[in-house]
Amino acid sequence: MIGGLFIYNHKGEVLISRVYRDDIGRNAVDAFRVNVIHARQQVRSPVNNIARTSFFHVKRSNIWLAAVTKQNVNAAMVFEFLYKMCDVMTAYFGKISEENIKNNFVLIYELLDEILDFGYPQNSETGALKTFITQQGIKSQHHTKEEQSQITSQVTGQIGWRREGIKYRRNELFLDVLESVNLLMSPQGQVLSAHVSGRVVMKSYLSGMPECKFGMNDKIIIDKQGKGGTTTTDEAGKSSGKQAIAIDDCTFHQCVRLSKFDTERSISFIPPDGEYELMRYRTTKDIILPFRVIPLVREVGRTKLEVKVVIKSNFKPSLLAQKIEVRIPTPLNTSGVQVICMKGKAKYKASENAIVWKIKRMAGMKESQISAEIELLPTNDKKKWARPPISMNFEVPFAPSGLKVRYLKVFEPKLNYSDHDVIKWVRYIGRSGIYETRC
Amino acid sequence: MPAVSKGDGMRGLAVFISDIRNCKSKEAEIKRINKELANIRSKFKGDKALDGYSKKKYVCKLLFIFLLGHDIDFGHMEAVNLLSSNKYTEKQIGYLFISVLVNSNSDLIRLINNAIKNDLSSRNPTFMNLALHCIANVGSREMAEAFAADVPRILVAGDTMDSVKQSAALCLLRLNRTSPDLVPMGEWTARVVHLLNDQHLGVVTAATSLITTLAQKNPDDFKTSVSLAVARLSRIVTSASTDLQDYTYYFVAAPWLSVKLLRLLQCYPPPEDAAIRGRLTECLETILNKAQEPPKSKKVQHSNAKNAVLFEAISLIIHHDSEPTLLVRACNQLGQFLQHRETNLRYLALESMCTLASSEFSHEAVKTHIDTVINALKTERDVSVRQRAVDLLYAMCDRSNAKQIVAEMLSYLETADYSIREEIVLKVAILAEKYAVDYTWYVDTILNLIRIAGDYVSEEVWYRVIQIVINRDDVQGYAAKTVFEALQAPACHENLVKVGGYILGEFGNLIAGDPRSSPLVQFNLLHSKFHLCSVPTRALLLSAYIKFINLFPEVKGTIQEVLRSDSQLRNADVELQQRAVEYLRLSCIASTDILATVLEEMPPFPERESSILAKLKRKKGPGTVPDIEENRKERNANVNGGTNHTTTTPNAKTSPASFVGDLLAPAPPPTNRPRPVSSSSFLQTPLTPLPSQACAIPLAASAGTFYQVAAAASPDLLGLGSPSPLSSTPPALPPTAASLLIDVFSENSPGAAAAAAAAAAPIAVPAAPVADDNFSSITPESLHVADSILADVQEPTDKFVCKNNGVLYENQLLQIGLKCEYRQSLGRMYVFFGNKTSTQFLSFATSVVCQEPLASQLNVHPKPVDPTVDGGAQLQQIINIECVSDFVEAAVLNIQFRYGGILQNIAVKLPITLNKFFQPTEMISQDFFQRWKQLSAPQQEVQNIFKAKHSMDTEVTKAKIIGFGVALLDGVDPNPSNFVGAGVIHTKTTQVGCLLRLEPNTQAQMYRLTLRTSRDTVSQRLCDLLSDQF
Repeated sequence: MIGGLFIYNHKGEVLISRVYRDDIGRNAVDAFRVNVIHARQQVRSPVNNIARTSFFHVKRSNIWLAAVTKQNVNAAMVFEFLYKMCDVMTAYFGKISEENIKNNFVLIYELLDEILDFGYPQNSETGALKTFITQQGIKSQHHTKEEQSQITSQVTGQIGWRREGIKYRRNELFLDVLESVNLLMSPQGQVLSAHVSGRVVMKSYLSGMPECKFGMNDKIIIDKQGKGGTTTTDEAGKSSGKQAIAIDDCTFHQCVRLSKFDTERSISFIPPDGEYELMRYRTTKDIILPFRVIPLVREVGRTKLEVKVVIKSNFKPSLLAQKIEVRIPTPLNTSGVQVICMKGKAKYKASENAIVWKIKRMAGMKESQISAEIELLPTNDKKKWARPPISMNFEVPFAPSGLKVRYLKVFEPKLNYSDHDVIKWVRYIGRSGIYETRC
Repeated sequence: MPAVSKGDGMRGLAVFISDIRNCKSKEAEIKRINKELANIRSKFKGDKALDGYSKKKYVCKLLFIFLLGHDIDFGHMEAVNLLSSNKYTEKQIGYLFISVLVNSNSDLIRLINNAIKNDLSSRNPTFMNLALHCIANVGSREMAEAFAADVPRILVAGDTMDSVKQSAALCLLRLNRTSPDLVPMGEWTARVVHLLNDQHLGVVTAATSLITTLAQKNPDDFKTSVSLAVARLSRIVTSASTDLQDYTYYFVAAPWLSVKLLRLLQCYPPPEDAAIRGRLTECLETILNKAQEPPKSKKVQHSNAKNAVLFEAISLIIHHDSEPTLLVRACNQLGQFLQHRETNLRYLALESMCTLASSEFSHEAVKTHIDTVINALKTERDVSVRQRAVDLLYAMCDRSNAKQIVAEMLSYLETADYSIREEIVLKVAILAEKYAVDYTWYVDTILNLIRIAGDYVSEEVWYRVIQIVINRDDVQGYAAKTVFEALQAPACHENLVKVGGYILGEFGNLIAGDPRSSPLVQFNLLHSKFHLCSVPTRALLLSAYIKFINLFPEVKGTIQEVLRSDSQLRNADVELQQRAVEYLRLSCIASTDILATVLEEMPPFPERESSILAKLKRKKGPGTVPDIEENRKERNANVNGGTNHTTTTPNAKTSPASFVGDLLAPAPPPTNRPRPVSSSSFLQTPLTPLPSQACAIPLAASAGTFYQVAAAASPDLLGLGSPSPLSSTPPALPPTAASLLIDVFSENSPGAAAAAAAAAAPIAVPAAPVADDNFSSITPESLHVADSILADVQEPTDKFVCKNNGVLYENQLLQIGLKCEYRQSLGRMYVFFGNKTSTQFLSFATSVVCQEPLASQLNVHPKPVDPTVDGGAQLQQIINIECVSDFVEAAVLNIQFRYGGILQNIAVKLPITLNKFFQPTEMISQDFFQRWKQLSAPQQEVQNIFKAKHSMDTEVTKAKIIGFGVALLDGVDPNPSNFVGAGVIHTKTTQVGCLLRLEPNTQAQMYRLTLRTSRDTVSQRLCDLLSDQF
């Protein structure tokens, strides 16, 4: 039960303040500002307990969103709500910035009234919200009585996320598999930790109330179907084992029928109209690491450092990785840097204390290298340089977890279009999360 | 100073700072700083030599970054290089960086010191000043070590410029403050004093600060500064404001220097030389006169400067405390400020007046402002000013205005800030007690206090009320009535219930005649509060109930019913349960006599320093409470001499003997219902249940005091037999104190006497803490007071002449109790050594020393004792005594033990006196006079006429005579008010018959004691012993 919700700008000024419960006083606003935003030491924990009041915050660019409660709430629920709120706000007015929040404050209060009731999260589905919380020009009196009652029945009904009577000339849907791959590797090339967190985002433009069924190469689903089918488990394993992946955990959008997933492991749902996130998952096994970083750091005396970094792409040569960026940290007493690289552009960024090497495109199974000479200023400080890890950013057109969409079937018994009439698009994007190699 | 060159603006620095200021977020700022740091690093790389300007600029930037809160770990070298520059600005920046960033363990310290040395020895005053400032700003031990010799030299050198002298004086002051041990006093000290005569006022100002600090440490070395300071001050004060040019601040001549000189003079007593003294008085008068002049400017700076000098002058006047006219003038001046519209002035005026109030000359003058101060208390908006007003009221309070002030404080208490309430409560309690003429007023005030601010009334306050009510019988009835009325309020504070429970339990009988406060009503009233109270209060109430059973037999049934209820008998709290069980049994089993004995009214408390005052002192910290007590001791002695209940009257320590007398002479309470008369007032305590934790408590000093009270006072009564008709102890039996006690505890078996003695002390001792918890107000603060009381006991013989038991000696470690029996010429003494600490006494040994001629007159044989005494334990030693012939001296008991590794030695005189060997002889009138005539030889009769030291109560006197050992013969003397006694002293060699006659003269408060014995030495000795008792 969230007691209140505050939005601050980077200076700690309150932009939005909505209190849901009496146990949260006005002083809570100041407590967060003083103890977190203006704290002497940077506060890293997203959950802070100040005077028996818990503050959960997320930061979007320079904006702080903080949920406050005095009770023992489920922290994951609160953060889920905060993220959802960010999504809703983005869907309404785009980027979350101080200016946008100031311009839309009436709308935000209206939204807050709707998605939180006495501190309990309510329907936060953007599509549903947009039917009755409208922006600027579109006024609610344009709705006829019927429409209004329709909204009511939809919002309070069983399928709150989709209204009836949607019609498209072209039934079309887009599936995006978005993954971010995280890695920590030792200087010797040993994987210390790695995981992929992925999302399946769907954009649907379908008429009526279509019933959809989504299939992917999850091991358990395939095993289950294999058992149910005529082929034996072994055969099923052979036929699909190579591609089947082990998903550690996953969460679904509220439209997915969880009872069916529990019993049959099948993902079936009536999708909301427009864009939404169908599922979220995480894998830790058999991850395809798109890049390998091989660092070589040599200290020459007290005033010189030689760094050589080789990156190798590790995927099909036909695919192209994009937006590659390697960040090599430099010591704090760096007084000068010379960089030589074969490919891309490299630059010493003093403001970030790092050498940043950027490559626009790189095909699979290739290799590139950079070497740098760092001059150091002798200091009277005996502290040794801590050698932070080399980090990397990239984008690849495949799913590093190995996830494949096997099918997405659409049934609409009432209207006369079938699965074949629907145009379906699938796209895989793998991005780097925290992708680091120690040196 | 070199001219500012074109590039000195340091545009780069300005740009950098404005960049930082324009940063939107912390991250952006960090990025900008990282960029700048990288830039500076690349510049400092050392490839190319930097010119002084850029070096200065980058060092400035580093300094700025450091001051923003980022770590800087380079650039020190460049800064040190700047020190050797010849340009002022570069040197200045270098010194700035060094004083801000230098860390003592840096390798550079040597280089820095070198640079400073160079500058100090340069002839350039600017550079010297920079170096001196740097030394002072760093002020580390290293700096002090390196330059402690140089700085004084510069200070007193003849050719030093004024500005450098000024800096040197301040630098030396700083070094003296940080590491005084490193700055040696030398021949320069004498020359420093003469700086007060310097032409340059700046030098004088700096030097005055230095001299003030030095004079506080070594006042003797700087005595000469007084006359110089007075001279300088008078020159400033009398000068026209235009004379001093730069040093005139808003028409006030050199205010800072004046203030400093006045401060310096406060280090010394008033000058002895009349001329200097006259000059100083003149100065002070001029300052006071100037305060009366109309302001020369409306600017606040003018009045601030003027008032600063004035207040400093006033504090000097207060410090000297010798010129009544000045003091009164100061007081009047402050009185004007009391109504000033400037809050700060009001605050300062109140504060200064507080100290003025303690001076005997100005106390009366301060008192005239009482209405203003009270008004300030009521209307002042600023809480700190109100607080000062409370302090001042407290300080100016005396007998004449106590009622008004206490009333005002009480009314202020209702609205006072929470933080100062407790302090006000304590102050009200102290004032009410100290200046109470009429104790009913005192009781009213304290009850009011509890009503208004019960939460802030600490234990000490209500303890004190009880003490005073118990010690003053004239107020007891009133107290009972008032408390009874106060308790009738539907909601009353727990402290009030405590006071009420205690007072009704003791003195409820005094108001029981009124049907509105009949015993049952009283009990029901108390019991209605019972359930709302905490455990300690409930325990106290249970004790009050059992006292009710004694006071009012008719409510016994009701109270037993209450005690018997499950909520008491099976209470979860062990203390309450035990009390309920024991009180119930006691009320069922014990006869009314025993009940009356056990539940007798508490004996009066010994006088001691008020624990409240101790608490207030502790709360305020030493020195902050104006010691009005000390300052007005004389006055107090005159004013309060009549009542010995004030906190610090000189006669606070009543001697035990007189104390006994008080006890024995209870004035009949103004009662309309008689209190059940008891045979003795001995120990309420043994019946107080002993909770296990109480036994574990090491004998606290407080407990000791109580035991001393109980044990010292009451066995007297027992030993002497009792004046009451209820007493059944015939004087012929060896009257042991414990026998009655044993009655309560066990059967009175004839052989139990020795055991009883052993049992009595151990029981009574641990009981004391319990009593302390509940029915005694002795608190640990009274420790030292207890000591001082007990110091008297070291000369114990007087006390033990008429009794055989009691505490012989007590200090913080050890308590020695005594119990003796005598039969004919033999005696046995049981000595109890109680270890009051929680640690063991080691190598414990005792010995008895009898000096000649005592050794041949008295045989004393102590039995050996264990060499260790455990913490809290008691050790018993038996001493056998035989009287060979009559004697005068006293044997000395030497005790030696090791406590905490330190050897302790205690020597006490043993109270073995000749009269102990008396056997009483009954005889009829005829026999008596026959023998009286037989002993008519002049050397056989000794007569002594002396003034009564205690009240002349017949019963007490009787008891003392019986305690002395002779038989009291009734109906012998024709005059019934005279006392006649007879007895035989048994020694090993002879028996000495003894007849005595005591004739009291109540009008003249005199006694005539006549003794006739067969030996003249015996007559004399017995007469001496007995005369001291009345």
